[in-house]
Amino acid sequence: MGRPGSSVRRAIIAIPFLGAILLAMRLDRGPLRSSADATHPGFMLRDETAAAGIHFVHQRPTFDTKIAGVEPHVAALGASVSVTDFDGDGRPDLYFTNSRFGAPNALYRNRGDGTFEDVARSAGVADLNRPGEGVSMGAVWGDFDNDGREDVIVYRYGYLALFRNVDGKRFEDVTAQAGLRQWVNSNGAIWIDYDRDGLLDLYVTAYFRSDIDLWHLTTTRIMHNSFEFATNGGKNLLFHNRGGGKFEDVTDALGVGSTRWTLAAGSADFNGDGWPDIYLANDYGPEELYLNDHGRHFTLSNAGLESESKSGMSVTLGDAFNRGRVDAFVTNISERGYLFQNNNLRLNQMAESKRFRNVAEGAIADAGWAWGAQFGDFNNDGANELFVANGFISADRNRNYWYAMSKIAGANSRLFEDAATWPAFGNASLSGYEPSRVYLNRGVAGWVDVASRVGATDLYDGRAVALADLSNRGAVDVIVANQNQPAILYRDYPDSTSHWIELKLVGTRSNRSAIGAEVLLEATNLTQRRVVDGGSGFASQNDRRVHFGLGAREWVDRIVIQWPSGTTQVLQRPAIDRILTVTEPER
Amino acid sequence: MAEFTQATVAERSAPARLWDRASKIDPRYLIAFLITLVLVVGQLRYHLLGGYDRLAVALLVCTGTEALLSWFDRGKVVNLLSAYISGISLTLLVKPQGGALWPFVIGGFIAIASKYVLRYRDNHLWNPTNFAVSALLLVAADRVSVLSHQFGNDVATNLVIWIFGLIIAARVGVLHITLTYVVSFLVLNTVRALSLGQPVLPEIAPITGPMYQLFVFFMITDPRTVVRGRGRQIVVAIIIAIMEMLIRFASDKGWPLPTAFNVAPAFLALAIVGPIAKWTDLRRASTRTRD
Repeated sequence: MGRPGSSVRRAIIAIPFLGAILLAMRLDRGPLRSSADATHPGFMLRDETAAAGIHFVHQRPTFDTKIAGVEPHVAALGASVSVTDFDGDGRPDLYFTNSRFGAPNALYRNRGDGTFEDVARSAGVADLNRPGEGVSMGAVWGDFDNDGREDVIVYRYGYLALFRNVDGKRFEDVTAQAGLRQWVNSNGAIWIDYDRDGLLDLYVTAYFRSDIDLWHLTTTRIMHNSFEFATNGGKNLLFHNRGGGKFEDVTDALGVGSTRWTLAAGSADFNGDGWPDIYLANDYGPEELYLNDHGRHFTLSNAGLESESKSGMSVTLGDAFNRGRVDAFVTNISERGYLFQNNNLRLNQMAESKRFRNVAEGAIADAGWAWGAQFGDFNNDGANELFVANGFISADRNRNYWYAMSKIAGANSRLFEDAATWPAFGNASLSGYEPSRVYLNRGVAGWVDVASRVGATDLYDGRAVALADLSNRGAVDVIVANQNQPAILYRDYPDSTSHWIELKLVGTRSNRSAIGAEVLLEATNLTQRRVVDGGSGFASQNDRRVHFGLGAREWVDRIVIQWPSGTTQVLQRPAIDRILTVTEPER
Repeated sequence: MAEFTQATVAERSAPARLWDRASKIDPRYLIAFLITLVLVVGQLRYHLLGGYDRLAVALLVCTGTEALLSWFDRGKVVNLLSAYISGISLTLLVKPQGGALWPFVIGGFIAIASKYVLRYRDNHLWNPTNFAVSALLLVAADRVSVLSHQFGNDVATNLVIWIFGLIIAARVGVLHITLTYVVSFLVLNTVRALSLGQPVLPEIAPITGPMYQLFVFFMITDPRTVVRGRGRQIVVAIIIAIMEMLIRFASDKGWPLPTAFNVAPAFLALAIVGPIAKWTDLRRASTRTRD
């Protein structure tokens, strides 16, 4: 039998050829097999912002008219939220920052009846957005003087501002006395006791260079020098707490002065050596992990983070798959058709290989233009879910800046480093009107977005996400600060059949806030680690109390607390369905 | 006179001798060298690939498809060098959502298969990579994007690629296509910017980026899909630049084009103009042969 003629051969090849194109069209709609099961998420989120009396609306800044063309882009940050119990009444309060001159920050005191009142003005932490001083970008709380009251550092595009909590009602500005009056164009800070001396130190991230005053520009060459490998950002700073309310800049001595346009930082003991390390999410560049060498120096680790150089927006720490490890989730930018930078879910394999392994695939890899995110067990089943805020600039729905962005992003650095070269934004949107994502954790089956199913349906430009059990009822409520838009409070309603436990830690030898303490819970078929939060996500800080969902488990075998001081404390069979206060043993 | 010539040859510098030697090499090897250089520089300096699995899959699918289809269609396995070039090009250009590998499987297959299916007078009409990337962007824009800034934006690295690219384009005999397109792009988009009242620099900025490097050195100059004759090649390069300018103009005006046109107007312009020009060229040649 002879070979078929050329036309026949061509026709035969055409069949799989067309089939492949049709298959690509089909795969464009989603995977062939449905991924993880989205039914029965086991919780609902309800928007109860108004009922709670939270009426905060963020206002974006305005800058020097020399950069008016790109102002929507440069002024697209500043909405933040952090959780604190500033009055020590056992109920989490909320602090929102604002970013327009004259617009006040808000400190919402939790009344305990489901409502809040803004006491920022009487407390002295409202009027922080002033010409010559800068505008707020965020805040983190911690008891830096170990007096039992939570203090706060506000980072700005401008001067840092440290407020000491005087009596649980009023704050005093102690920035100058503390030696912290420095101009930093910052979008993030964390409290970390890097030398384990029991005093909280401060790590401040910098975005624009610190010699830039965005209201009095001497040059328009202020932008990044690469879209994926920029190193011309501001220099991050580490301040050592010397005690007595004094801080000193030890950035260079400790080797943590990254200039990579850092947007967020998180801290945990990733390599299990007992010393807190620093993980950075950098815009226009790769993530960085600084490993702490006994509080004497930090070493930039080659932990597999450099191979996916992207636009890190936030860093969220949590035990993604109940391995008893602290993993990292870093959000990035994706815009369908234009750019897939993909979020990174990095499993901590430092013990085995001294590396993190990125396992983000499918839904969790692409949330849109993703910002703040937090791990939290919303359904109390014992596995972390993930809340991700999305959207960059929501303006004219009919004008999309992505086409303009694609022109400048592919160009040479000499061009886009100059803000004056950028195509003017006008009233265009850039990844606007994107929904938040709530990823349900189905273990090996993957993560599935259930946001609309559980009730997280807003289309605001989300920035900061913070989690807190606002009513002390064993549920993880979600607070989102939206850029130039109203804040949202989503109350979490988990299925009532699941059990839970929460721990409020009080340091004695360690810092009083217990920031950096790691808690390992062990129960039947459940091992999970959590870290007391000194700032994480993007421009946010969670409730310092750690929450564990237990599912149907009616007891916990034991809880191991690794205090920052080095003390290990074990709780055997603690009571569940309640909040336990645990004080660090003196010895 | 003869002695003088011999002496001159003997005294030729090393670069000149290398230049002479390069002229005897199959152009595909030079192109393969250049694209491998781009890949190695991009990966070492910028971790451009996003995973070696992508490279392995694209190369395997491209070379495997070429081997299989050439054996099926022609009864023998052809030289796999052009499949290698397609595989590397796809790896560099295709940037999928998440860790998806299927765009490299499907892209690699349709790139090579297009050479066997979309033919006219025993010639394929599309540059394989251009066809695959354009097709993926058109039918799967929600899952696939194209190289934009992943290759850094560094002057020095870009210069290395431009210098090597220009030298090899000259040796392969397609430098006039590259230069015509670049000049046309600069002129036409300057005119477009001025006519729209927009600043000129952002509009000509893309030509300095990595996507355009791959376009001007590997796609638009593909020896198998360009028309015959230096003059016609120049005319076609200008028409492609005009088509791209029109696409960009439509995007400027916010006309409802598929996203692919906004993302990769040069690729789409070549995908539209290239096959028409090639078809016309082949048809004209066959008509002349019959006459």
